[in-house]
Amino acid sequence: MTTVLSPIGPVGAAERTILLDALAIMLAIVVPTIVATLAFAWWYRAGNTRARYLPDFQYSGQLELLVWSVPALVVLFLGGIAWISSHDLDPAEPLTWASPANKTAKPVEVEVVSLDWKWLFIYPEQHVASINRLVVPTGVPLHLRVTSATVMNVFFVPRLGSEIYSMSGMATQINLQADQPGTYPGLSANFSGDGFSDMHFTLESVDSKQFNTWVASAQAAGDELNDTTYRSLLRQTANLQPYTYRNVTEGLFNRIVSLQLPSGEGPPATPSPSSGEH
Amino acid sequence: MFGKLTWSAIPFDQPIPLGSSLVVGLILCAVLAWVFIKGHAPYVWREWITSVDHKRIGVMYCILALVMLIRGFIDALMMRSQQALAFHAPGYLPPEHYDQIFSAHGTIMIFFVAMPFVIGLMNFVIPLQLGVRDVAFPTLNSVSFWLTASGSFLVTISLVVGEFARTGWLAYPPLSELTYSPGVGVDYYLWALEISGIGTLMAGINMATTILKLRAPGLTYTRMPVFCWTSLASNLLIVAAFPILTAVLAMLLLDRYCDFHFFTNDAGGNPMMFVNLIWAWGHPEVYILILPAFGVFSEVIATFSGKPLFGYRSMVAATMVICILSFTVWLHHFFTMGAGGDVNAVFGILSMVIAVPTGVKIFNWLFTLYGGRVRYTAPMCWSVGFLVTFAIGGMTGVLLAVPPADFVLHNSLFLVAHFHNVIIGGVLFGAFAGYNYWFPKAFGFTLDERLGKAAFWFWFVGFWVTFVPLYMLGLMGMTRRMQHYDNPEWYPWTLLSMVGALLILTGITLQVVQLIVSIRTRDRRRDPTGDPWDGRTLEWSTPSPPPVFNFAVYPDVSGADAYWGMKSAKLAQEPDYTAIEIPKNTPTGFVAAFFATVTGFSLIWHIWWLVIVGLIGAYATFVVFAWRDESEYEISAEEVARIDRANREARTA
Repeated sequence: MTTVLSPIGPVGAAERTILLDALAIMLAIVVPTIVATLAFAWWYRAGNTRARYLPDFQYSGQLELLVWSVPALVVLFLGGIAWISSHDLDPAEPLTWASPANKTAKPVEVEVVSLDWKWLFIYPEQHVASINRLVVPTGVPLHLRVTSATVMNVFFVPRLGSEIYSMSGMATQINLQADQPGTYPGLSANFSGDGFSDMHFTLESVDSKQFNTWVASAQAAGDELNDTTYRSLLRQTANLQPYTYRNVTEGLFNRIVSLQLPSGEGPPATPSPSSGEH
Repeated sequence: MFGKLTWSAIPFDQPIPLGSSLVVGLILCAVLAWVFIKGHAPYVWREWITSVDHKRIGVMYCILALVMLIRGFIDALMMRSQQALAFHAPGYLPPEHYDQIFSAHGTIMIFFVAMPFVIGLMNFVIPLQLGVRDVAFPTLNSVSFWLTASGSFLVTISLVVGEFARTGWLAYPPLSELTYSPGVGVDYYLWALEISGIGTLMAGINMATTILKLRAPGLTYTRMPVFCWTSLASNLLIVAAFPILTAVLAMLLLDRYCDFHFFTNDAGGNPMMFVNLIWAWGHPEVYILILPAFGVFSEVIATFSGKPLFGYRSMVAATMVICILSFTVWLHHFFTMGAGGDVNAVFGILSMVIAVPTGVKIFNWLFTLYGGRVRYTAPMCWSVGFLVTFAIGGMTGVLLAVPPADFVLHNSLFLVAHFHNVIIGGVLFGAFAGYNYWFPKAFGFTLDERLGKAAFWFWFVGFWVTFVPLYMLGLMGMTRRMQHYDNPEWYPWTLLSMVGALLILTGITLQVVQLIVSIRTRDRRRDPTGDPWDGRTLEWSTPSPPPVFNFAVYPDVSGADAYWGMKSAKLAQEPDYTAIEIPKNTPTGFVAAFFATVTGFSLIWHIWWLVIVGLIGAYATFVVFAWRDESEYEISAEEVARIDRANREARTA
């Protein structure tokens, strides 16, 4: 199941509520309008001798008032919902509202970098990093800072909720939380080139013990993530199996954001003019 | 000598583009051969290619739109079939080809189908509804059309010479920058849109001037048909918005050609700026398209209900409110860029506010039906189909305007379903309604009703079967532009969507058959009166097809629904005929567009000497036109009288 209508966290749940509420409010006016359209269109057909023909009916002050005020009132109502929810669910806002425990909980920090065509997740506090696999502790708020070392992408785990763009030269922020354990698909929601369809990752929501075990194992094995190993990620590759890095160089993410490290290389030089690689 | 252009530009190793371009080339050659062998060439040149008559130009715009619709729809079929096949499989289109297909589909459908279709209808109808003899600048009109044709020609050659953009239809940087798209695809995209965009801007200036400055005596603003009002709003938007498109694409061209850094990752470039600018054009653009369609529905629903439009003043007010608000909502295309609560909420609410005047319009059409005597012709079927379809499309649009709802639906297939819901259900249904409605005015015979209605039903059902699955897939977390996927839940829906696309294919086929059958049986379907639908506006007072001068004498308008009033009052006495001056046909537009195409093509391939030749040629064309001695010819009073008497006789008979 990937649907955004079966969320596993508070952000997705709140968004589902808003989506369904807004839909219900609008259906309350759209359905009668469609029914009336079909009813009028049928009843006033030319062949119906029982229908009254009103060839000069073209203005009615009361109806005019009605046709302006009905949509205006609906939009007023929906606008209120939009105003409040845009602030409550602003991706940059901490999830202190999600549960009493969240008021004091310290979020897990993750730094997300989109590359051609893979996701790099850096855990600055644990000094580890992971490719195409985001392991998080269940029930703990997450604070993600997101950037791109290449073209624009969108970080999206449909069942967690909110998307956010990853853009070079800046860091966007998003707060999310997974309340159910399990493995969930994540992807890029913004087209980023030929390898785009393979640019997915998995979100693994595990209990804190397993999370600590995973961090420990990542700290113990694999390559270091430093300038050299990072540069090797700039080449275009797709469909990478997840793996981890240990000993991530301090401040690597900030140097990516401030463009002190180079951007993705793009396609290899001198492609044939017809359609690149064959 | 030929810049980057070598034989390797032609995809000999790729059977699909090579085969399809061969077919297109063969059809083109066959048409040209037929024109020459049958001896039609001088006629086509004299009466159509060089024509500055707004009616002929309008018809050519619509033909361009219909041809490109078929091209764009083939792309759509390829996308739907690729996704139907690409579950746990690579499908038949590799990414580098699939990416061109969806980019070309969007570009073609918006710029070379929807735009020429609505501009063609406006071109044909507006001077007739205003009771005047032509648009304000007839030769400029011809130039506009041929520049649009030049753009679509460049997009079409990209099929066989080189490649098209692999960036999506808006070519967001940095993906569209040289680093990530080094091929010629993005250059094709940019130059095609620069050339056709200038054509569109000039068409907008021309139409807005026509409506503001040229109207029959007595045709005050409050008596103008609603189609003229919505067209006025649409053309004002063109004048305001298209320069933004031209400028932002020019900035991207400077990045790509001259090593500027407007939107690059490095050296201080800011890709977000492009996204803002392109949508500052792009959101008004959707209203540029939909407003004339709203006008068509207003005309069609009033005519076939046998009533004046309900709430004329409300309709005009709603149109102008939409016109202004359309510039204040662009940010809703990227709520997920993290702008913060205040900004997102303001743009979300402003986007919803547009639903108010739009809702008013829907209700007014509803009350136009009320108390009517509704005749179900093909245009009316499209209009009622629109009312139902657009109500849903508008609703999902407002849903996406709620920022937190958009946070999970942005860039998903739900969004794709939404904008097809309003663009097919609104713009295209409107264009088809207008095509069926005004066809007899343009050619003097009606289109086949039965085939027209059959086409409508296949389109209508096919639309829903195609796009309800996409709404579902969006809710299931499927994003747009996926070349393959491995989620088993998505698979049945992509298959169903493919079935819908085949239904639409049947609809399009029926439309082609309708046109062919109608032409072959035209003698039986002649419309001698010039008023086959019992119309209400001035275009129906002219013969079908109207003479080159449209109106023998300027009609004297004394109320809204001008022709309806005249019909009720019976035909007035025969007026005094005077000679009429008509602008001469000129090949300026065609020649200028030829040089524009040469310039565009050589810029794409870096053939610099040819760029200079093209630019000199285009400038020389302008100079030759500016120094012309005679620009008009005269139709004598006797000739005018003869044509008009025939028209009067047909109407009183």
